[in-house]
Amino acid sequence: MSQLTEDAKKRLSRSMMFVPGNSPKMINSADIHGADSLMFDIEDSIPVTEKDTARLLVAEALKKLPFKGERVVRINHPTQTPYGLDDMDVIIPAKPDLIRLPKTEDVSEVELVAKKIEEVEKANGWEEGTINIIVAIESVKGLYNVREICHGPRVVAIALGAEDYRADLRTTKNKPAVELLFARQTILLAAREAGIRVIDTVFSDVKDPEGFREEVEFIKALGFDGKSCIHPSQIKIIHDVFTPSEKEIAHSVKVLNSYADALRNNKGVIAVDGKMIDGPIVVRAQRVVDKAWAAGIKVELEEGAERDVK
Amino acid sequence: MLNKVNREIPLTIPALKGREVYQGEFALEAKTKRAGRPMHTTLAHTSKVLVSIDEAIEKTGLKDGMTISFHHHFRNGDYVMKLVMDRIHEKGIKDLTIATSSLSPCHDFLIDMIKDGTVTALETSGVRDALGKFLTQNPGALKRPLVIRPHGGRARAVTCGDVHIDVAFLGVPTCDPRGNATGMIGKSACGALGYAMVDAQYADQTVLITDNLVDYVYPYSIPQTNVDYVVAVEEIGDPNGIASGAIGITRNPVQLKIAEMAAQFLDEAGIIEEGFSFQLGAGGAPLAVAKNISEKLKAKGVVGGFGVGGATGVLAGMLEEGLIKAVYDTQTFDTAAAASLHNNPNHIEMSASMYANPWTDCMVNHLDVVFLGATEVDTDFNVNCMTDSNGVLMGASGGHSDTAAGAKVTVITCPLIRGRLPMVRDHVQTVITPGSSVDVIVTERGLAINPARQDLIEKLQGSDLPIFTIEELQKMAYDRVGKPEDIKVSDKDEDIVAIVEYRDGSIIDVVRKPLD
Repeated sequence: MSQLTEDAKKRLSRSMMFVPGNSPKMINSADIHGADSLMFDIEDSIPVTEKDTARLLVAEALKKLPFKGERVVRINHPTQTPYGLDDMDVIIPAKPDLIRLPKTEDVSEVELVAKKIEEVEKANGWEEGTINIIVAIESVKGLYNVREICHGPRVVAIALGAEDYRADLRTTKNKPAVELLFARQTILLAAREAGIRVIDTVFSDVKDPEGFREEVEFIKALGFDGKSCIHPSQIKIIHDVFTPSEKEIAHSVKVLNSYADALRNNKGVIAVDGKMIDGPIVVRAQRVVDKAWAAGIKVELEEGAERDVK
Repeated sequence: MLNKVNREIPLTIPALKGREVYQGEFALEAKTKRAGRPMHTTLAHTSKVLVSIDEAIEKTGLKDGMTISFHHHFRNGDYVMKLVMDRIHEKGIKDLTIATSSLSPCHDFLIDMIKDGTVTALETSGVRDALGKFLTQNPGALKRPLVIRPHGGRARAVTCGDVHIDVAFLGVPTCDPRGNATGMIGKSACGALGYAMVDAQYADQTVLITDNLVDYVYPYSIPQTNVDYVVAVEEIGDPNGIASGAIGITRNPVQLKIAEMAAQFLDEAGIIEEGFSFQLGAGGAPLAVAKNISEKLKAKGVVGGFGVGGATGVLAGMLEEGLIKAVYDTQTFDTAAAASLHNNPNHIEMSASMYANPWTDCMVNHLDVVFLGATEVDTDFNVNCMTDSNGVLMGASGGHSDTAAGAKVTVITCPLIRGRLPMVRDHVQTVITPGSSVDVIVTERGLAINPARQDLIEKLQGSDLPIFTIEELQKMAYDRVGKPEDIKVSDKDEDIVAIVEYRDGSIIDVVRKPLD
């Protein structure tokens, strides 16, 4: 697998903001709110009569506008809808960072998209792994196949699409969302096994920032890397929750400095505050420092200590 | 003749004979005394209360060629101008000049009265909608070009006699038979009467029109000593159009982003400190700035000085919470602020003169900071809030240039792109506020500090804020939506639609008729 794809699996992904692909105004200002990823939607938020408009608009925007943040396009499903293949033909040559494949149920669907990406990359002389895939699980069938899907070609991230999944379960929205717990944990485990990012579903009540914050805290505790959002006001809350506390940062800095010191001086056993540290603790510390930097906290490390998660 | 903001001012046209062109914010010396209403003997035990507007028109001796005035405290809910103008029209009086503090869409009926010669001149702060389009497209419809003045400039013009009002017809939400009037109570309550206060004091004759005549009024904004006649009518306005319910903070994410950066700028520039004074517009975005300022005041544990309105419930709330010590209010925008003006002794009403008249000690001269919107800005930091992207009249001069001249720091909040048009131009279509009054422009993609303010630039060094030059901001906009073509306008003298006065009465710009 290409290095670009490997790197894309580790990209900071706290917030993924949905941007309707048929709104020039929203596309234009999409990146001013600081979302880690911008997900231009040409799928469910676009009426059938505007599918082609949104497809062309997003493609042109990707070609012309310098967006800050990861650029994701949610295409229509290539086999379940009549629009997906056309979407791929237009969107992939516009060079997004990720194609989001909705309602993924089988790894063969991922392979179909990956094949198209490969063709376009080769035709344009782009490095392999320039464009990767995020899959969304939105059905029971998809959930049952999730391990295989996570290992599919170019898959660097996975998300849960809750609305269709709820419908498939024949349940409704609950608060707290008990109906999603199994899916969330199953997807999370599959993602961790495959070493990819895992992003939670949207929270649709924009007027309930407290409820939103609770849910972000909950999915962070489960282990998610980030959350999807539908309104810019939610980004700040996500980043706030995912910003490590001062205590966490201080501890992580200590860990990384001690680790660097140990490497320098060929020390065998390392301890910080009387506790042994090993590989996973170092990685976790790097993740903390990484998130602190993303939140604008300029954490300084001693020479030799690295914050990059490798 | 070129003025200080590089606008060619045709001093040769009749309307501009002998006028000064704009030479700088405080360049013109006042060389005049206050004007004043004529005095006349008042007989004992006579009543001012008349039975109808018709009777008031007759008693005042209103005739062809005179100047009458109105105020805009009732905004789009105003019935008074139509009530009066319909009677004037019926009586066949022609060739009137209307000098009003501003106009709203409810005044579009004036188009017909302009067409038939009832109204032949118009002076205002704002004009929009159908009337704005009509005047832009028909520069010959009035006898002389429309005159646009800022609020402080109008107060100056009225108090020094540049504008001579023969009869002021002033709607007042509550008044007594002697003419003591207030806007704070009554079914058509509008809060402060700051613009009406000036006209009542300086018009040759003042007629109050009310829908709530009571025995006694105190406190009053207009005293009986400035009033000649009182007329009671059924309704002076539509309460829903006069004052909105509490104006909410915008939910528009782009506006919120701009407001957040504006407040952060203020904080990093060291402006939010004990006793600092500020003015905010009444739009959703300025109110979002107010929310951010409130949070920062609380976080720092300091108390601001005074806030100036255009008062809203948000500003009144800051007063109520003890985050500021006083609110000075010339015009009240929502019901929550009107209630505050009535109930809170530190919510203080002021006249338009006390607010912004450049030839007196006005409150804008005591402002630390003002937040203002803009339709468009240019690379010289000039601001237009009067004409749209097609050159059509659709805004108001308002207190824009007054507050910008007075405040130590003027912050303009303006989206970088509207629709598909960049809002940082090479030259704004119409200059309302000169760039020398503008210190920082905040857009959703970053802010630009006026190079004349090296002190601010130095203070903000090392800031996390995205700070650019104004040219860089412009390029960011052009890179996204391209550079628009300039609007082609007629260069003929007879196609001058409006004269734009600066607050000192000098001419800062003219509006010319757009071609096709």
